[in-house]
Amino acid sequence: MITLSHYIVLGAILFCIAVAGLFINRKNVIVLLMAIELMLLAVNTNFVAFSRFFGDVGGQVFVFFILTVAAAESAIGLAILVLLFRNRSTINVAEIDSMKG
Amino acid sequence: MNTDLLQLICFYFFGAVAVIGGLMVISVKNSVHAVLSLVLTFFSMACVWLLAEAEFLAIALVVVYVGAVMVLFLFVVMMLDIKQEVVREGFIRYLPVGIVVAVVMLAEMLAMIGVKAMHAHTLGPNPAGDSNVAWLGQALYTEFLLPFEIAALILTVGIVAAVALTLRQRAGVRHQSAAQQVAVHAADRVRVVKVAVERPASVNPAPVVVPPQENAP
Repeated sequence: MITLSHYIVLGAILFCIAVAGLFINRKNVIVLLMAIELMLLAVNTNFVAFSRFFGDVGGQVFVFFILTVAAAESAIGLAILVLLFRNRSTINVAEIDSMKG
Repeated sequence: MNTDLLQLICFYFFGAVAVIGGLMVISVKNSVHAVLSLVLTFFSMACVWLLAEAEFLAIALVVVYVGAVMVLFLFVVMMLDIKQEVVREGFIRYLPVGIVVAVVMLAEMLAMIGVKAMHAHTLGPNPAGDSNVAWLGQALYTEFLLPFEIAALILTVGIVAAVALTLRQRAGVRHQSAAQQVAVHAADRVRVVKVAVERPASVNPAPVVVPPQENAP
């Protein structure tokens, strides 16, 4: 019998993998973006599970909007990435320090 | 074999594939392989969502993410000329801290979820009834109509921003301007100039004609 906790634990595992990916791949912006997508997937899994188990449609509607915003976000992020590579010829995060923040 | 056990086995299988795919995303050397692993993860999670009877979102995940966003990632990865060894340096250095943070975070989350809660909520009757799409659409077009429109606006802004960011105006390249070509008049292009008639003087001595004053240059 699948319980609510199965879904939440799976979401937690995926989220932690994504966080580890953010730490490990400090140089590669593309993998950082993919780790963010993985995080959003984990969160969406939680939403879907809660929506199903508590019978509330709001969770699934929210997943719908998260998918929309994530698609727009990744499109703009990749556009920025292309622009960055065109101007600096690198996607190394450590070298992108012109703002000295 | 009863249905519940079969569902549980399917859940564990798809969950394991998703986790393995996620681990490959963050660990493989080649970025193209990382993107393909992410596709595998998304597909497995779509199957998990199907087990939770969220059919529309599972299909949307496959169509939107696997079909569109991941292909976009793949295009960008293949377009950029990335030096793997430069990108990979520091991988071993940050590996311990990454693993420690992830494991501690996972332990905290699991503690928060609780081992006892593993059997608290079991799958009841489907609140969506027969059709998940009808359930979702009913809410989306009534209660959440304004957020739905705003989501469309966000997508439009995303398109415009992506195009505006990557559009390149290169100097020294000659373009045709279609608007100017269409808007042109004949009078702007052709100038009719009246020129005084010249005859060779040696062949046939012509009578001397004084040219009119207005044709003089």
